[in-house]
Amino acid sequence: MQQIHTKEITKPEYLTDLERNEIDHEVALVPHKSAAVIEALKIVQHYRGWISDDSVNAIAAYLQMSAAEVDSVATFYNLIFRKPVGRHVILVCDSISCYVMKYGDIYKALQEKLKIRFGETTGDQCFTLLPNCCLGCCDHAPALMIDNDLYKDVTIDMLDRILTKYT
Amino acid sequence: MERPLTQYIHPGCPPFDFKEYEMTGGYSALQKALKSMTPQEVQKLVQDSGLKGRGGAGFNTGMKWSFVPMGEDAPHPKYLIANADEMEPGTFKDRLLLEGNPHQLIEGMILAAYAIQADVSYIFLRWAYKKAAQLLRKSIQEAYAAGVLGKNILGSGFSLEMHLHTGVGRYMCGEETALLNALEGKRATPRAKPPFPQISGLYGKPTIVNNVETLCCVPHIVNNGAEWFKGLSNSEDSGTKLYGVSGKVNNPGCWELPIGVTMRELIEEHALGMKNGYQLKGVLPGGASTDFLTTEHLDVKMDFASVAAAGSRLGTGTMVVMDDATCPVGFVHNLQHFFAQESCGWCTPCREGLPWVEKMLLSLEQGNGTNEELELLQLHTQLLGPGNTFCALAPGAMEPLQSALKYFKEDFEMHVALHKCPYGE
Repeated sequence: MQQIHTKEITKPEYLTDLERNEIDHEVALVPHKSAAVIEALKIVQHYRGWISDDSVNAIAAYLQMSAAEVDSVATFYNLIFRKPVGRHVILVCDSISCYVMKYGDIYKALQEKLKIRFGETTGDQCFTLLPNCCLGCCDHAPALMIDNDLYKDVTIDMLDRILTKYT
Repeated sequence: MERPLTQYIHPGCPPFDFKEYEMTGGYSALQKALKSMTPQEVQKLVQDSGLKGRGGAGFNTGMKWSFVPMGEDAPHPKYLIANADEMEPGTFKDRLLLEGNPHQLIEGMILAAYAIQADVSYIFLRWAYKKAAQLLRKSIQEAYAAGVLGKNILGSGFSLEMHLHTGVGRYMCGEETALLNALEGKRATPRAKPPFPQISGLYGKPTIVNNVETLCCVPHIVNNGAEWFKGLSNSEDSGTKLYGVSGKVNNPGCWELPIGVTMRELIEEHALGMKNGYQLKGVLPGGASTDFLTTEHLDVKMDFASVAAAGSRLGTGTMVVMDDATCPVGFVHNLQHFFAQESCGWCTPCREGLPWVEKMLLSLEQGNGTNEELELLQLHTQLLGPGNTFCALAPGAMEPLQSALKYFKEDFEMHVALHKCPYGE
């Protein structure tokens, strides 16, 4: 049978040394390179804020995968962002305990304050607003997260004070 | 009343570091097992204790371990994985254990790994648990430095590596075979069973996936014995359970109690009853994918068999209370929105059926529902039920729907008759 040779596409210049070093560290822990793809996506997103098509191509070349394979993983996980996001991502828990405790009121207030809906980014690129499933603090519902910070028992009155920290 | 898992957890205080954990009896179970027990003896002890999986399935943990190939011919590396991907809506119990006593989990994992002779272990942690991630990283480092992780643990000849893996979202990662795919860097779709992970799991090697709470029980069983563990409960199941209550109650929270306390005790004595002006209407006893129970079930014991006999599942043991001012149709719509969104899309009934169910419920909630759609909803509880889908996600989604259609039928019919939501939502 004739062997099909695919031209190897390598564009390592699309990953920074820092990114490559961190990805190498993850690759060393797994039996084959492609098993590190989620870690690679996390690393690149950490430095660039989101995963562009160029980033997908660069990761694919580096891990010897096809871009489609990388993208199929990137688009599966909701916290890998395939569109640009603001400097801070607000995740509003919309699951059942927060529903009972009226997260809807919090969302409405955020919409009015930031003039954006779920899936949108403010004009100054400061905030992106996203719904998120259960944050696991149902005893302190409603809850939201901004970047690494968790806010519990959130009331509308608290929102201005919370948002100011990030502006 | 003994609360072995949470006795040293004081919310608001930092958890024990290695030294403090060791001074209060920590890692003594590990020493005991490594010095005086064979791996099979640890398996047998845990099996005899009657410990059942605390992630929701309720399978005997020791028996699960016993399916792993042992001996010289067994494939290696073998893997032990702590499922810390707590994402079942309404569930917040593992967070308490992860943030409150990370070394307890690590010791439980080393013991479980010893029992199945695993070489590598992972903690699969959901991304949102940032504090837990930081604490676990520190605790794993301490454990390596103290020689309870790494090569030749405490001079026993047994070696174990441990890694923390933080996820990037998706409820599906909590399903054990989907979790394995996620760890391998793939989409978190479930795998066909058999082969079960015990035979062919991570990278095709024998693998055990256990819930955090399950693993945290293991050091205490090794220290105190199977009979002691059985004696902790006041039902046929063994041990204690982390129970939680959320919703419009006076004191929402999470408590370690003898397994088999009644729903009434949880809601009235621990959650201190409903908030002023609200009545209890329904309860999801163990997360979003469990059937509703109602006021007639308040005296049901919260153990695996009793909750099943009442028509639901103990699930994660963290209950969501629905009050009389919350619309049951809106409540169930919220659940189905979650399940439709979190379906991995692998099998057709789940991928296509759940969004349809969600749309029908939304149209009902907005006053556009018909009696034919109520029948269609009923039909879907069968079409998406057990046996018709690849994994348990869609059948789990149908549990609160089918029981809502049973217990709150009038509410559904009123939405059709009035052409609006009677709760004004």
